[in-house]
This record gives sequence, structure tokens and C-alpha cells, in this order.
Amino acid sequence: MADKMHIKLKVNGADHEFLAEPRELLIYALRERLGITGPHVGCDTSHCGACTVTIDGKSVKSCTMFVAQANGADITTIEGLGSPDALHVLQEKFREHHGLQCGFCTPGMITRAVKLLEENPNPSEEEVRFGMAGNLCRCTGYQNIVKSILAAAAEMNTVKEAAE
Amino acid sequence: MNDMAPDRENRAAGLKGMGCSRKRVEDVRFTQGKGNYVDDVKLPGMLHGDFVRSPYAHARVKNIDISKAMELDGVVAVLTAKDLEPLGLHWMPTLAGDKQMVLADGKVLFQGQEVAFVVARDRYVAADAVELVEVEYEELPVITNPFEALQSDVVLREDLEGQTEGAHGPRKHHNHIFTWEQGDEAATNEVMDNAEVVAEEEMYYHRTHPCPLETCGAVASMDKVNGKLTVWGTFQAPHVVRTVASLLSGIEEHNIRVISPDIGGGFGNKVGVYPGYVCSIVASIVTGVPVKWIEDRMENLMSTAFARDYWMKGRISATKDGKITGLHCHVTADHGGFDACADPTKFPAGFMNICTGSYDIPVAYLAVDGVYTNKAPGGVSYRCSFRVTEAVYFIERMIEVLAIELGMDAAELRRINFIRKDQFPYKAALGWEYDSGDYHTAWDKAMKAVDYDGLRKEQAERVEAFKRGETRSLMGIGLTFFTEIVGAGPVKNCDILGMGMFDSCEIRIHPTGSAIARLGTISQGQGHATTFAQILATETGIPADSITIEEGDTDTAPYGLGTYGSRSTPVAGAATALAGRKIRAKAQMIAAYLLEVHDDDVEFDVDRFVVKGAPERFKTMKEIAYAAYNQAIPGIEPGLEAVSYYDPPNMTYPFGAYVCVMDIDVDTGVPTIRRFYALDDCGTRINPMIIEGQVHGGLTEALAVALGQEIAYDDLGNVKTGTLMDFFLPTMVEVPNYETDHTVTPSPHHPIGAKGVGESPHVGGVPCFSNAIQDAFRPFGLRHTNMPHDHWRIWKTANDLGLHG
Repeated sequence: MADKMHIKLKVNGADHEFLAEPRELLIYALRERLGITGPHVGCDTSHCGACTVTIDGKSVKSCTMFVAQANGADITTIEGLGSPDALHVLQEKFREHHGLQCGFCTPGMITRAVKLLEENPNPSEEEVRFGMAGNLCRCTGYQNIVKSILAAAAEMNTVKEAAE
Repeated sequence: MNDMAPDRENRAAGLKGMGCSRKRVEDVRFTQGKGNYVDDVKLPGMLHGDFVRSPYAHARVKNIDISKAMELDGVVAVLTAKDLEPLGLHWMPTLAGDKQMVLADGKVLFQGQEVAFVVARDRYVAADAVELVEVEYEELPVITNPFEALQSDVVLREDLEGQTEGAHGPRKHHNHIFTWEQGDEAATNEVMDNAEVVAEEEMYYHRTHPCPLETCGAVASMDKVNGKLTVWGTFQAPHVVRTVASLLSGIEEHNIRVISPDIGGGFGNKVGVYPGYVCSIVASIVTGVPVKWIEDRMENLMSTAFARDYWMKGRISATKDGKITGLHCHVTADHGGFDACADPTKFPAGFMNICTGSYDIPVAYLAVDGVYTNKAPGGVSYRCSFRVTEAVYFIERMIEVLAIELGMDAAELRRINFIRKDQFPYKAALGWEYDSGDYHTAWDKAMKAVDYDGLRKEQAERVEAFKRGETRSLMGIGLTFFTEIVGAGPVKNCDILGMGMFDSCEIRIHPTGSAIARLGTISQGQGHATTFAQILATETGIPADSITIEEGDTDTAPYGLGTYGSRSTPVAGAATALAGRKIRAKAQMIAAYLLEVHDDDVEFDVDRFVVKGAPERFKTMKEIAYAAYNQAIPGIEPGLEAVSYYDPPNMTYPFGAYVCVMDIDVDTGVPTIRRFYALDDCGTRINPMIIEGQVHGGLTEALAVALGQEIAYDDLGNVKTGTLMDFFLPTMVEVPNYETDHTVTPSPHHPIGAKGVGESPHVGGVPCFSNAIQDAFRPFGLRHTNMPHDHWRIWKTANDLGLHG
């Protein structure tokens, strides 16, 4: 077994330091060490996107990254997007448009959607579908997820315009 | 106060009862990452279990050496069949009357079969230890085809050798499991022999898998101090799991608590009992600490509960003008190494005998032969009631083939054979009594909505353009009219391991007028916490927002048979409505007492009881609830609670009319879904938003199955589709937007007229997508081609028809 490595992470604004084997995957560090269980494991092969988090501004499937590779990174998970009193617009829109059913893909789905709208604040339906294709859902057939994301984009743009 | 009462409509809207698109209460936690799935359960000192699995599909297990694994730091135990045998747990009963090895007992019968269970400090150490367990195998001949199995001298199930009688009657061969016959064979053959037209076809409904995004798993915790076993797991039927665990382990049922936490999708995958559940329980009993077992995706696809694998041979007879006179169906069913189908006991082929579909067919015969092969056990109902997808696929393909034989339009052929509205309740040739339906209205609405005649005209023009070389794209119009059969019981003919398939609801109204209700079912994404509260809101007048719904904890919820086969609304939904009515009956007596009138002189009005003829005199449910607890009322015991166990008098029969329009690139085999119209009739509609969501989801799973999703084996029994790289789950890019529509034909025997909807879109969707593909090639002579219609197979169809020049 390889020597443990000294890992520092910032997750949802909080600093963490621990020793981990080099082979430990980021998803397990988040879920089992830090108790951040929003991101889920669905496929182990980075197809499903249930484990999606944001690392230094990029969407990453955390089942396919060693925690050692994330050393020093600033990570945001579903838990860091909104608070119970102030939900992120996407969290609200997913509920409003029935964009989820079993909820298992939802944390990864919303986390990715937040990044998508940062990358492209005014996407077409086709761009949403392409930009979200790395996140699988078995329940919804995606139609209401697309609707939720487009509705969130519209609302975020309205708020932004009002502020300008 | 009475003057300020809002009007009746506002009061009703404020309840958020049946019929409104209430937003889901579950979503508040799910959108914040606060779901609690089984892999989120973390207990102090918890160990992790992992399986050593067979790389061979058929082999003798000569020796298992665990010594190297045991030497690894962090490994606590390695269990093999030898360890389980003294407990009588090395085999377990299946839901289908067979038995299944928990851990390999001398041999393995499919690739991925559980051979040993490693228990270690964490999942990494467990995985390391799995690699260190040395198993000596002796390869045996592999059979992956059921027809070959019935001819072969190779005995797959040596444990059954010499047994000529199985759980479902005589066995014809050592690899044969059962023959199940329904209907009148002689009469059917006679009709066929004398028919003006007979169409025959053979079709294979391939093996696939429900593949919910969350795999199966369990956490078992044996508390040796109190003698209590608690098991969290991905269970679609937690109460049944508790009873089975008690029967298998000998632990008294009151000392076992089974909890289904949030479940990340089920679709039938989480109905059965798997070796992982048994091993984690045994491991916790052995070690005295909690043990977690979580499948990875490959294990999920290789070992737990496949669906379908039906080889179907059909004959359908008709008059020259298209009136169907008879139907004959034979199925060779590949059940894999053990018969672990999840069907009610008396139905070894599920409700395959709904295969006469939506049509008035006077005589029919069905025979199903179950066969052992070297493939994984299962045979679950992947997003359908028991084997109903197979039945509907069969009849909807046979209709298309008959239309070709007759040279008739397939829509018209359906229309002239539908069971008429005035024939309900309708007794079908294979035994079922359909409760209600209005098929012609639904069909005509669908045909009009899509402009069917216009589509056929466009298709004909496309064919001509194709022939002229102006386009390389063909157009397919997929049609389907399906009738589902859901909501098992009744108890008199439906049971699982002897337990009658009723369901239950227990409701407790609190003094301040809010409530908690618990059910015997368990949501896996269907939104029970939202919809069951809506039923109760309408029935009791307590706002849905003031009602908590709880399921899945056997210590608190009333006994029920769980959620699968679209049975939650038909069965538990009925129990919920009736429990609500019991509450209302008591509330009526309390209201009458408070209003100083006779019981019969008050009537229920949305959220209150009013004195008949004097609407200004009333007591709200809130006031009644308070009085129930705080006022001594002569002759009425305190409290306001009710429980209802509901044994349905019949199943419910949802139906629907679907149309799919596709463009198919002949040169690449890529289909583009241009339009999909889905009309569903699920009886009374509880929450239209949730119904629509269920339809979207079911159609997408249908798209997957029809267009590429399969569990494929090579000749050596190796699973070729063990990851999501090979096993097709559609992404957002492949999936279209669906148009949904409805008619409402309530179930006459259900307390609120609801029929269930979650599985209809899958049942109707698969043949609709498949029919669209096949219809595109019909003008070029295609009669039938098997699913899944992936790009390669579509290209191959085009090539075989000579369309590549």
C-alpha cells in the first residue's frame, strides 16, 4: 500500500485537511470522509454524472478523479449551491417544473446545470441538451429537466437585466 | 367567523387535493442533496462487504482458498457456502418457487455469480481482499440458448436431478422449469385451421435490465445486546423482506426492522431478494457490527434481476375483412440459472395472459415454457406489471403482421377489433375481467391529434421520393394501443411467497388538525409523499400541506406488499382513501355532537361538516380534530385515527393510444424521433404533473429498450454489456420532447376510480418505437425484425432489404 498523502481541500467554503491513500477517489473522500453525501455514485465509469461537482470552476465527475489530484482545489457540491432559506434558482426551478423524481441524479444534474448557465447564460434547448448530455437520468425522460434549466436561465437573465 | 368563510372553491383549492398539480414535497430535500439513500447510511464501526464473483458461466468450484485474503490487514471475515450451510442459508428460496444459491455451493451457473463474501474495514480493503481469494474452477459446457438447453444432455441444475415435478407442475427435461397454459388450445387450433386468414410470426423480446441509477445495496446492523436486527436496503417491498428475513434467519419478526430509505429508482430491479442482502445480514450477525454492501454498476447489470428474454411464437387468425377470430401464443422463456422471476406465486409467466390486448378476440391459447440456461437469474417486471410489456409487445406486433397479411391499414385493423365500451366489464379469452375502457374514443382522439391520414400521405410521398433517389430517409409511423393490467392482488389469486397482495394505510390526525399517514408501499421516485397526501386531503378535508406521508419503515408502517407493478395507487391508494373515509365517519359523529344535531343531519363540505340546510352552522375538520382529543364525547372514544387494509376486488386496466413518427437514415441506420404522441387513460387523475412526469420517464425507458438497450452474452456466457459504455441509457441528446394527452375512464371498483400510470408508458412505448422502425421498412417488404433496433441493426435491415443499392 502506498504512503498516505497530505491532502488539503476547500469544499463549499470550508477547509479540510487529511491523509489519504493516493488511490482514494474524490467521490469517496467527499462522501465518506467529509460526510458530503449529495453527490452520488451511479456507474463508477464516469458515464452517469451523479457524482458531478465543480472543481476550480469546472464540472468534474468526482468518481473519476483521485482526491490527490484535487489537492488544493476549491470544490463546490450541491450542498454549497444554496441554503434552505435561499435556494439557488436552479433548485427552485427543478421543483417547480418537476425536473426530478427519485432524486438520485439530481445533485449532479443541478451542479452541472449551474455551470452550464455560467458558461452559456442564454442557451437554446439544443445547447442545454448537449451541455447536459454527461448527466443521465432514468426517471424523468429529461423533458422537465430541460424545461427547468431554460426557466432558470430566463429568470437569471431577468434578474441580471433588472440589476443593470 | 362564519361570514368570513372563503367560498367553497377557494377552500377546495387550498386543500391541494386530488386533481391538482401539487408541487412535490420530496423535492425540497432532493434538490439540496439531502436525500438519504442506502449508501448514505453510515454507522459507527461499520464494515464493508464485497463479493468474489465467478468469471465463468458454468463451472464446478473445486476449492476456495481464503487464507491470503484473511492475512490482509483490515479483513475481518470471508464467508463461503460452507459458512452459510450450518445456518441453512447457503441457498435461499426465490419468489418463483425455486431456490437459489446465496454463495456458490459446489458450482456456478452464470457469470458474476456470488462465490464468496469478503468483509473488511472499508470498501478499498474489501476490494483488495476479493482479489486475494483463490478459487479453483473446473469449466463446464455453457448453454446460453433455451432451445439448446432443452436438447442438451448437460444438466445445469444438478440439485434438481431426478425431480420431474417443479413448483408449477411437470418438468419435461432436466433443464425445463415449467409449462404454463392458459385458454383453450383445441378450440383455438380449430379456429386457426378454418380461418380465412392466418398470420404467423416469431419474435424475440431480448434480455435487458431495469438499471436504476442507484444500484442495489444494504446495511445490516445486528444489535446483540437487544437482539434486534435492523436492515436498511434498496427494497421495493420492505415488509416482505422482513418476513423473509425472519423465516430464513429464525429471528422473530418483531426483532427485525427493515427500512427502505430513499430509493434511487427501482423499475423492478429492487423487488427480489439478493445474495448481497443475505450476506450482509449474516456478516453483521457473525461480526456483531454493522455491515454495508453496495453493488457496483457491473455487478448490478451482471447479477441482479434482468428483465424479459422471451422467445415468442404467435399465430393470429381473422376474417378476410379483418375481424380477429383467434390468437395462439407460445413462449420459450429463458430464466437463467435459477428461476427467480418476481411474479405472484400462481403466475410463473406473470400476466402474460393479457396478451389478447385491447381486442375482442373470442378464443385464445397461451403456453409458456420456462427454461434454465447459464445466464443470470431474474425475470423481473422492468417498469411494467408482471410480464405485461412482453404481452403487449407480442399482440401489438401480431396486429401489425396481420395488417400486412391482410393488406390493411394497421390503425383501421385495431379500430375494428377493439373491445367496445358497452362490452365492459369484459371477460377476455385468457381469463381476465377488464374493469373499464373506452378504446374507440381514445384511438379516435389520438388519430385526430396526429392527423393520421396526413401522416400516411406524407409517408407514401416519402417512399416515392426515396424510390426516385431524391432522399435517403424513410418515414415510420409507429402505432400502439395497449391495455395494462396492474394493481395486484386480489389476495385470492395473488400472493408473493404466500403473502396476499393487499396494501394498507394508517392515518393519525393530530389535535391541531394536521396529520401523519403511513403506508405499506415505498416510493422510488413516484412522489408518494405528495400524491397520497392529496388523496387524503380530498377525503378528509385536511390540507395536503398539513399531512406527512411516511413509508418504508416496518417498525412504524402498516404491513403492505410494496411498490411495483403499478400497484401503489390501485391498492395502497384505495386503502388511503378508505382510511380517510373512516376518519370522516368518526368526524361526522363528533361534528354532529358539537353542533347538537343528529349524525344524519350534517354533511361533509370540502373541509368541514355543515348542518344540512343551514350552511352557516358548521365545524371544520380542524375544530373536530381538536374536539376528538380534548372533549369528552359520550359514546365516542378519544382520538382520531384509522387504518385500512385493502384487498382489491379486481386489478385495474389502464390503457392508452400512442403514435410515434420517425425519420430513418437508411445509410447510417440512425432514427430521429420527430414526434411522439401519448394518450393515457389511467382513470381518475390524482396529480397531472406527476402523471406527465411518469409518462415522460416511462417512454424514455421504452425508447432505450426498443432502440438499443440489452444484456448480451457471448457463447461462453460472458456478459458483453456490463457497463454503461455498452448498456444503452439514453442521454438528453437522444430523447425527444413528448406530447401527452389523456382521456378519463375511472375504474368502477376502485374507491376513487384511479388505475395507476407509472408503467403504462413503458408498456405502450416499447411496441410503439419498434413499430415505427418496422413500419418505415414495410413498403420494402419487411414483416418483422427483432429489437433492439440499434443503428447497426437498422442499417442491417435496410441492407438486407437491398436498400443500399
